[in-house]
Amino acid sequence: MNAPLAQGAALAHDSALGHVTGRAPFADDVPEAPGLLHGALLLSPVAHGRLGALDVAAARAMPGIVAVLTARDVPGANDISPSGREVEPLFADGTLRHHGQPIALVVGETRDAALTALAALKPEIEALPAILSIEEALAAEAYLLPPQEIAVGDAAGAIATAPLSASGEFRAGGQEHFYLEGQIAIAAPGEDGDISITSSTQHPTEVQHIAARVLGCDFNRITVRCRRMGGGFGGKESNASWVAAAAALAARITGRPVKLRLSRKADMAATGKRHPFLYRWRAGFDATGRITGLEAMLAADGGHSLDLTGGVVFRALTHALNCYDVSAVKLRALSLRTNMVSHTAFRGFGGPQGVLLMEDVLRGVAAATGQDMEAVRARNFAGGTNGSKAPYGQALEGDLIRRVYAEAMEDAGWAARRAEIAAFNAQHPFLRRGLGSFVLAFGISFGLMHLNQAGALVHVYADGSIRLNHGGTEMGQGLNIKIAQVVADAFGVPISRIRITPTSTAEVPNTAPTAASTGSDLNGWAAHLAASAIRERMAAEAARLWDVPVEAIGFAEGRVFVARPGDNRAMGFGELAHRCWVQRISLSATGFYRTPDIHWDAKSMRGEPFFYFSYGAAVVEVVVDTLTGEHRVLRADLVQDCGRSLNPAIDRGQIEGGFVQGLGWLTTESLYWDKEGRQRTLGPSTYKIPGSRDAPPDFRLRLLANAPARAETIFRSKGVGEPPLMLATAVWNALCDATGLTALDLPATPERVLMALEKQSS
Amino acid sequence: MSITFTLNGDLRRLPAETPPAQTMLDWLRAAGLPGTKEGCAEGDCGACTVVIEHPDGARSPVNACLMTLGQAHGLALRSVEGLSAPDGAPHPVQAAMLAAEATQCGFCTPGIVMSLYAHARMGGDAHEALAGNLCRCTGYRPILDAMAALPAAEDAAPSCPTTDVTAFGPPGHRFFLPRGLDETLALRRAHPDAWLLAGGTDLGLRFSEHRENPAAIICLRDVAELRGISARPDGISVGAAEPYAALLDHMAHDAAFEGFAGLLRRLGSRQIRALGTLGGNLGTASPIGDALPPLLALGARLSLVGPGGARDLAVEDFLLGYRRNALKPGEVIARVFIPRPTPGAIFAAEKLSRRHDQDISAIGLAVLLERDGDVITRARIAHGGCGPMAARAPEAEAVLEAAPFTEAQARAAGDALARAITPMDDLRGSAEYRRVAARNLLIRLYWRVARPEAATEIMALPTPHAPRFIAP
Repeated sequence: MNAPLAQGAALAHDSALGHVTGRAPFADDVPEAPGLLHGALLLSPVAHGRLGALDVAAARAMPGIVAVLTARDVPGANDISPSGREVEPLFADGTLRHHGQPIALVVGETRDAALTALAALKPEIEALPAILSIEEALAAEAYLLPPQEIAVGDAAGAIATAPLSASGEFRAGGQEHFYLEGQIAIAAPGEDGDISITSSTQHPTEVQHIAARVLGCDFNRITVRCRRMGGGFGGKESNASWVAAAAALAARITGRPVKLRLSRKADMAATGKRHPFLYRWRAGFDATGRITGLEAMLAADGGHSLDLTGGVVFRALTHALNCYDVSAVKLRALSLRTNMVSHTAFRGFGGPQGVLLMEDVLRGVAAATGQDMEAVRARNFAGGTNGSKAPYGQALEGDLIRRVYAEAMEDAGWAARRAEIAAFNAQHPFLRRGLGSFVLAFGISFGLMHLNQAGALVHVYADGSIRLNHGGTEMGQGLNIKIAQVVADAFGVPISRIRITPTSTAEVPNTAPTAASTGSDLNGWAAHLAASAIRERMAAEAARLWDVPVEAIGFAEGRVFVARPGDNRAMGFGELAHRCWVQRISLSATGFYRTPDIHWDAKSMRGEPFFYFSYGAAVVEVVVDTLTGEHRVLRADLVQDCGRSLNPAIDRGQIEGGFVQGLGWLTTESLYWDKEGRQRTLGPSTYKIPGSRDAPPDFRLRLLANAPARAETIFRSKGVGEPPLMLATAVWNALCDATGLTALDLPATPERVLMALEKQSS
Repeated sequence: MSITFTLNGDLRRLPAETPPAQTMLDWLRAAGLPGTKEGCAEGDCGACTVVIEHPDGARSPVNACLMTLGQAHGLALRSVEGLSAPDGAPHPVQAAMLAAEATQCGFCTPGIVMSLYAHARMGGDAHEALAGNLCRCTGYRPILDAMAALPAAEDAAPSCPTTDVTAFGPPGHRFFLPRGLDETLALRRAHPDAWLLAGGTDLGLRFSEHRENPAAIICLRDVAELRGISARPDGISVGAAEPYAALLDHMAHDAAFEGFAGLLRRLGSRQIRALGTLGGNLGTASPIGDALPPLLALGARLSLVGPGGARDLAVEDFLLGYRRNALKPGEVIARVFIPRPTPGAIFAAEKLSRRHDQDISAIGLAVLLERDGDVITRARIAHGGCGPMAARAPEAEAVLEAAPFTEAQARAAGDALARAITPMDDLRGSAEYRRVAARNLLIRLYWRVARPEAATEIMALPTPHAPRFIAP
């Protein structure tokens, strides 16, 4: 029997009909429980200050106000740190550390009552001098963590003895997640102090841990559930946890269900963003552009608290050389403490910032050697006649690096368009077109080793219908349909037999966040293992019934059969399920997976921290109006390695969406803090994510063919959540190519481009 | 005496105690219709888009977060819940989104579906139709695919409720929808603290984001003298409460106002233009009001009507300073007269913003150059975002007048402009950038005139939606 497999099929998102009809409920859409209260947060108006007395009496006395909660009301620990390496307060205690920091939670009968009462809270604040830039933090040596450093060989010596050298400095800005659904949690008190939380979170387990820490209770008292998020992008990892913990605190103290839904403004003020970085580098190379030595500093603005900065900086550091080989390097990555909101996970998790470094270096080397950047790029790829190992010791696949690049260049018709563009530029008074490329090797696995685990819970009911639960969360990326495809294939049943259910700490405990592009890798394996365990039991029963070896039992197209020529004994999958039930055979199983083979030694900064690498390449064409700095992507050719794709339709969505999000980070998305450290970009009217006209109109995408993952991933697929975001880096190169700029800070807003052109021409 | 509208074909008569300043978004969600989402509460993300269905079958998408219940009085509205067939089968617009696999997280989707539902009737440029909707997941490609496959709208025109009620709301929350100017002036006398609501796309933030609830609101939507557009040989007269959408529709069919129409296409989004008005833009007198530079450059005049009678005032004399204008107490802007550029004149209305669509101007620059042969006989240059208020730049005008329009002249005028302005330094741009860009906009205008075939705006370059996907 040659049954079509669900895995590899381009199945649509399982909630698509619910999405387009508006019937797929998000947390705020669920009918409110009787007696539900609403929370509103009082946020710090200053970037740094001493917090004096806060008189809550006036607010408490306002109509409809039930409670006003501050740090003093926390029964457990006023600490929402995801790492546990420092205390990160839920509510400011004594010191205000950034503009937008939560000070108090007002709880009212209605959301308007709570919001209105905020005005009656007038905390005594003595403003203090604030650290508002990476440069100031460097000068003050304000570190969140000791520097992380990877060194191989004698970089300084290699640069000194190289025939040529160059140096550079540039900046990359932060990025607001701008998930369309803002942060929200609903906490409902149950029996004996139990709290049940509905949270828009990528990390239900961490919500459970943080809420329990704040309440001072055992984890088993907190149940966290998430059906879907209206976008996450990393912004609902640690930040969802404190929002939920605040709601849980209010539920505990009032004894009533409490909803805390942040307004867009409060969300953008109080939650962290992508880390801004400052880079300084020095490289030595020869006349062919082969780089022999590199020293670089990558300095990250971590904001006021540690949050996940250690991991973000680790990933930036391990990706700073991207897919290139330099034999002598000294890479130093700094985690700086400033009076900004605590910067956090964002799709790519430091990887996007890391891979910018080599692009600036390649551009500098190209300028110094009089070559185009692409020649320098190809000269320095890892593998081939160059070294193939990343500076921390893990091997890269040089053949795949070259393949994705060659296919992207070929698809783009690079050489012909170079000539065409040169002709255009020669005749146009002020428009300049340009081409840029980019190649990526992105390591897949959590940098924090213990997060590389997952669980799943599968039930087969007596009618053959299947209930699937796993530790991953659905934020639009299509994880649930992918995992359902894996389970459908394990049982040989149509996808319609699989019921996808909300993520819950009560069903699958001790999970990792859905992050780091690992969602389908980890949870797919866990679900596969759970399903396989049940299938084995069912197969044994069928084998017993038909008196054949268990290996002869096949599952396909909703049927169970004897897979031997001439033997046509078969029954429906549901029939066998019913039979197993009658025969008292367990039809429920958990599955547990942990990523094999990965390891890291933090002392030597060596190891193989990634299960595998995902490769990708892009060629982008832009046009720049050199009189205004306005620019536009005209065409993009992407090649992305998805291994053997679990679902090409879903992967396409991740790649295109990731690319446009990266394009936003690098071009239009500019965060603005005023001189007092107050964030002024607190909504879509001031913070501009890409609109439909900003996406490449000519948008070509190829999934790398015949490239099953070499690591033992689920069905040899590869994670695809983050890597495509970085492919947008080609836009930066194309903008420099079009304008002739050799230095361009990011985001390359029209203002940045125009002012750089002004500076260059003067 | 209660607010009455049709929602998804059903007549809704709200209880008399319903606060009329409540936003349509909050009301819908509280009424058990949570398909309409709150993404930003400031009219920029479009997740709350619902559609006004006009008696003639026309459709206007609007942001439910910026629309008060009072503004819905007498209208027919449709929300995402009202699209599917009674048996639950998806509407053709929803089917197109499904076929294109155009959803990921799904939170922006209902709003996008509603914009597409309006677009199916309105037609036009897809990006223009989507400018008021943000999607953070898909990168828009599949949504544009769905738009390319939209079936023509066949749905029947709705029946709007007929109502004579022009005032409602409980005491302390009154809402008036006067039908005439005299009635409006009388209401202003009776309620001197009442908020004057035109389209509410700016004022709406005070309801939506700041949760304010004034004692009285006078909504100008139905004031006959403030509505309508009439064309005259020397220009057009626009009701101050006429939505931008109608003005754009008019100007798009009048070659003399092509440049103005181009700017209006970038003013907000279809959702904003369905409600927002020229009167509102003038009333707030924001230094970055999009429509103000072209009104100044064209020499637009206002009819103001108040307790002391009517008067006529040039826009130039109306704008007094940062968010200050010449309106006297009790006075309203009734109409705006926009003179038609003389034949052969050059008129351009430029705007620079970080994002092309649905973004507030960093700089606006409008230029009118009247010519006799090659020689510029009269130049009017007006800027926005370059000082405390939108204003003319006589220094730059003087450079251009009585000479042919050459690159050197444009550059000299640009330099004069850059010297004359005192731009602000804020999140939309540094003062230095605004100076350089304002200068360059004049230089670019020269190229537009000299080489119109080459000097297109980059966002206007022909770039057909042409995606390609190759999977093994």
